Amino acid sequence: MLMKGNEAIAHAAIRCGCDGYFGYPITPQSEVMETLMELEPWNTTGMVVLQAESEVASINMVYGAAGCGKKVMTSSSSPGVSLMQEGISYMAGAELPGVIVNVMRGGPGLGTIQPSQADYFQAVKGGGHGDYKMPTLAPASVQEMADLTVLAFDLAFKYLTPTMLLADGIIGQMMEKVVLPPYQPRLTEDEIRAKYPWATLGKPHGKKPNHITSLELLSEDMENLNKRLQARYRTLEKEEVRFEEIACEDADYVFVAFGISARVCQKAVEIARSEGIKAGLLRPITLYPFPVEKIKELSNRVKGFTVIELSAGQMVEDVRLAVNGKVPVEFYGRMGGVVPSPNEAFNALKEKLIQ
Amino acid sequence: MNNMNITDIVNPANLVYKKNSVLNDLPMHYCPGCSHGVVHKLLGDIIEELNIQEQTIGVAPVGCAVFAYKYLDIDWQQAAHGRAPALATAIKRLLPDRYVFTYQGDGDLAAIGTAETLHACNRGENIVIIYINNGIYGMTGGQMAPTTLLGMKSTTSPKGRMYERDGNPLDMPKLLAELDGVCYVTRQAVHTVGAVKKCRRAIKKAFEYSALNKGTSIVEVVSTCNSGWKMTPDFANRWMVENMFSKYPLGDIKDTIQA
Repeated sequence: MLMKGNEAIAHAAIRCGCDGYFGYPITPQSEVMETLMELEPWNTTGMVVLQAESEVASINMVYGAAGCGKKVMTSSSSPGVSLMQEGISYMAGAELPGVIVNVMRGGPGLGTIQPSQADYFQAVKGGGHGDYKMPTLAPASVQEMADLTVLAFDLAFKYLTPTMLLADGIIGQMMEKVVLPPYQPRLTEDEIRAKYPWATLGKPHGKKPNHITSLELLSEDMENLNKRLQARYRTLEKEEVRFEEIACEDADYVFVAFGISARVCQKAVEIARSEGIKAGLLRPITLYPFPVEKIKELSNRVKGFTVIELSAGQMVEDVRLAVNGKVPVEFYGRMGGVVPSPNEAFNALKEKLIQ
Repeated sequence: MNNMNITDIVNPANLVYKKNSVLNDLPMHYCPGCSHGVVHKLLGDIIEELNIQEQTIGVAPVGCAVFAYKYLDIDWQQAAHGRAPALATAIKRLLPDRYVFTYQGDGDLAAIGTAETLHACNRGENIVIIYINNGIYGMTGGQMAPTTLLGMKSTTSPKGRMYERDGNPLDMPKLLAELDGVCYVTRQAVHTVGAVKKCRRAIKKAFEYSALNKGTSIVEVVSTCNSGWKMTPDFANRWMVENMFSKYPLGDIKDTIQA
């Protein structure tokens, strides 16, 4: 099927057995809720779709439904996701699964409606208060908008954590061919009770009540919660790193880019190769956990990295931490909604690394 | 009489009062004289009487009642400050045959959570909102709330609330009663035996109404915060009657089901 990235998210959500979507309109991602309202999944799978009064309400509806063990999501774009940070932190603290889609646009402030990747820090460094991390997936195609929506739910429930799909305005708006995931039935209430005994579905007779909360009065208890979260993050970092390598086997120079920037760099690799420069591309699919080991390994055999982002340079900091000074790490980015061309990316590599 | 032993006294024949089984035995953290404990007990009474302990999910606020989940043995979620109606909306939408209620204070409902409260009511969510209005932020130590009376002293209005600076006290239930999505709004108190009985009936009605799918039910309980008001419990009750009730008069504000 041919469709927009935002539409693919809606289709994938219904197909993977999502129980509910709560959202608030914002460009460039409004098609997610529009598509859901058009598809009327409440008549087929029973999925609830509700337009909330704000992003603050949306994320708290996700919290409430997730607390019942339900598979629920919201979607927004940069300014709206800023409003959700409180709720995301509460979900992390209450160990609640849920998917948040951010189809990023240029900022800061109201910014632009054009694509951006400037919310990288907010997503991977813990945008809300407190010590928490959030698995963050970066789709680079309409196909991945569908596939990673399914994966995001899987990770959210496996690690009991809010999980972000971090896309950008282009991936959200562009149309590509997509093979939609197969239908999975929504879990029944009995299945939820068996799989997620913590869910607040109503206290069964003779059982202790369930409490969903992120509050501890004693600092020692709060530290223990934090230790549990940190242990979970270490497992995530060990088990869930995902990336794609393009032409890295013999590469002298490697682009590191995610999302739409990776698509630009894919073309830049072709340009470089046609000029006899052995370039490659490392595309992180998980931004958290970040492919640190892979970059370390590459830094032992390449002459340098060029990081391309639609920002002033955010992921480049994580690349530099992984490379740890072994080889040069250069950066080129455009801001405010401007997308660099493959030639700009190639020139950045040539001028900053080679000449 | 000297031969009387404990079983002569603790004997079903002598039972005049029994605590409901939903309220557990954990000592409450509320200050002596606080209204929260009485309202908790009433909730336990109603949940037991309607036999809905297994079908009820409560949403606790941020404020003094943040630990409400510790005292009533039902499933609970604890919300971010003001967001309880958003949580309750999603819970009720996904579990429509459950009884879902929020328990919110006046800072939670009438200040930071105004939008979530108003829109849940405007959508006519079939939930119960228990609204404890004591005119002050109790947990944080007695700051001015949107409901603080004009001239009433608080730590952030040490010389009393001034209209010119702080605006007027906000009567949210009156505002919410204007919405078509709301089926029942009542204002109660728990300072006398008679008031407690009336409040109990109101809470029961609200829970029964929420099962009819006719919209949102709101029970405001005008309450004391003797610690925050810096009064003795008895004096706080009298002060409430003399001052709070003129701004927040008791009684039903709206009932579309009985009407």
